[in-house]
Amino acid sequence: MMTGTRLRAIWRFARDAAAQLVGMPSYDDYLAHMRSHHPGREPMSREAFFRERLDARYGGKGRISRCC
Amino acid sequence: MKTVSKNVLFVLLGLLGAWALGVVALRRGEPVNALWVVVAAISIYLIAYRYYSLFIARRVLELDDARATPAVRLNDGLDYVPTHRHMLFGHHFAAIAGAGPLVGPVLAAQLGYLPGTLWLIAGVVFAGAVQDFLVLFISMRRDGRSLGELVRMEMGETAGLITLFGTFMIMIIILAVLALIVVKALANSPWGMFTVAATVPIALFMGVYLRYLRPGRIGEVSVIGFVLLMAAIWGGGIVAQTPGWAPAFTLSALQITWLLIGYGFVAAVLPVWLLLAPRDYLSTFLKIGTIAALAVAIAIVAPNLKMPALTAFVDGNGPVWKGALFPFLFITIACGAISGFHALISSGTTPKLIATETDARYIGYGAMLAESFVGIMALVAASVIEPGVYFAMNSPAAIVGHDVATVAQTVSSWGFTIAPGQLEQTARDIGESTVLGRAGGAPTLAVGMAQILHTLMPHGDSMGFWYHFAILFEALFILTAVDAGTRAGRFMLQDLLGRFVPLFRDTNSWTANLLATAGCVAFWGYFLHQGVTDPLGGVNTLWPMFGISNQMLAGIALMLSVVVLVRMKRERYVWLPALPAVWLLACTTAAGLTKLFSDDPAIGFVAQMHRYQAALDAGTLLAPATNEADMHHIIGNAIVNSTLTALFLAVMFSVLFYTIRVTHQAWALPQRSDRETACEPAGQVAVE
Repeated sequence: MMTGTRLRAIWRFARDAAAQLVGMPSYDDYLAHMRSHHPGREPMSREAFFRERLDARYGGKGRISRCC
Repeated sequence: MKTVSKNVLFVLLGLLGAWALGVVALRRGEPVNALWVVVAAISIYLIAYRYYSLFIARRVLELDDARATPAVRLNDGLDYVPTHRHMLFGHHFAAIAGAGPLVGPVLAAQLGYLPGTLWLIAGVVFAGAVQDFLVLFISMRRDGRSLGELVRMEMGETAGLITLFGTFMIMIIILAVLALIVVKALANSPWGMFTVAATVPIALFMGVYLRYLRPGRIGEVSVIGFVLLMAAIWGGGIVAQTPGWAPAFTLSALQITWLLIGYGFVAAVLPVWLLLAPRDYLSTFLKIGTIAALAVAIAIVAPNLKMPALTAFVDGNGPVWKGALFPFLFITIACGAISGFHALISSGTTPKLIATETDARYIGYGAMLAESFVGIMALVAASVIEPGVYFAMNSPAAIVGHDVATVAQTVSSWGFTIAPGQLEQTARDIGESTVLGRAGGAPTLAVGMAQILHTLMPHGDSMGFWYHFAILFEALFILTAVDAGTRAGRFMLQDLLGRFVPLFRDTNSWTANLLATAGCVAFWGYFLHQGVTDPLGGVNTLWPMFGISNQMLAGIALMLSVVVLVRMKRERYVWLPALPAVWLLACTTAAGLTKLFSDDPAIGFVAQMHRYQAALDAGTLLAPATNEADMHHIIGNAIVNSTLTALFLAVMFSVLFYTIRVTHQAWALPQRSDRETACEPAGQVAVE
């Protein structure tokens, strides 16, 4: 019998894994990282984080993100 | 006790694999089921993963989980993030699996299914997966630096610059050949053209949605996009049957060529969020989904292979591409067995996301095994269709003729009996006017996939839907690769030119940006145009050049691995990258020299050039040229192609020169001389 928490964990994993397929890291993990490592700094908003990651993946300096 | 039972399991797996491989290789005269190929491949992959990759991880590289990875040391929540190994596997696999492993095996099927199967399996185990794993390891131990930087660090400034130049050239050829595949698939196909054209407005809508309506909701918008895509396939079928609409979407190969060149330029200068990113989401999810669906379908349908194990074309006279099994099989199937391009991915984002060192084995070696399996499935899909249909689709008109009657007669005369009616029926089944002249792999794969999926879900005339679904699936990620590649190429060109012309150094300058983008598009556009207009060119010429350049890059990556192992004082294991490196050098050199100097004008560029020049001097025209301009065109292309092939060989041999020099010096030293980032224990870094 699966509990609600377990189902939610599976759903979260699947969602993060799908985002990772297209190179989008988890915003929640980023927030957790900012809280634990840089408690004094204001983290980016979800929108700003999304834009920053988008530019890093596709606009970056000749970075090749996929194969033939 | 547990290890004993585990080993027994692998012994049984080994016996199963050997038996399956025996059936695949030796059974003649009665049909071989595709499942034998699948079982042979999977058993060998599992054994190679369990033993060979473990040997590499433990003995050769001495991966150490107590050592902090860049993701842990430099964790910034953005570029460097310790990522769950299964998620990272997906990320890496989605980045390495593209059109390459789908097209190469289809083209190689002209030799029969056996040579391709054996090379895909042996190549990945001893070369491809080893290369990906080693480069991932080398980059991971150097803060996730890129291949060019790694070569510069370990082999010197000049070798690094040569690698960068080589990478730019391979990029150009890849973009041209990918675009050519799309042209071949969409020419005179209103259904395909409408469907693929519809992806542009769909992606634009998704881009705006993600930017302004619901920022960051990738999953949600991808589901909407997917539904719209399916509607576009359905709509394409209606458009193709509507007399008023069909002509508007019926374009010639040349028209599509110019459209693609214009598209490539515009797409590469548009903001990334508008077109590139949303289409990348669609193509990635569709790609993973389709690959999974194909695997399930093959397992359930269990089709028989209709292509013989070996055809008469192993001697080098095949219609799809010219050249003997050695070296051309090993050039034709690059991705799936070993692909140099992966060295760029393994030194890209992946090494910055590895959470613990031992994950590198699963991600580097494991993901490449999965890509090889994609190649096996492509080979299966090409081998389950009627061989006569395969050859009719992939042979140039100059060899087999222009109409179904002539084509059927020619192909039947090779021993692949087919009636003109069967070719017409196949075209009708898939909702196209013809199947002739559809070289390039994508349409053949689409017919094979449509056949398998239709058998799984036999629903009326669903063949047409599945065929165009498969075409869309390939065109979608090829187009994404075209604009992402043009962008990457633009930066590379600016980097290279910036060393000589300061104007290009500023990557924020619009003048430099537009000039470099136009330059990049002009380069691949030239080869694409040549491939479409030159009757002697096309897939026949471009695919081997792509293979040579890709294997050249793989050679460079393996030579880098040789250098690093020797500098680490692990000379004992230098054979591990050295043996595949020697093999690739041999294949690439043999193929390059054959393309240059073969006496046969159908293969050798120089012989072709001389033949047409001699005819031109004598004032005569040679088929397929119909006027003097055609003659000049063919001669010009032969000059460009031979120059490029010579450059590929020159790049490879200069890197070989530096490899030998650096290896020689490092061997004599009593201590390590590699440039690994200093070790930091993982325990001292706070891990979330």
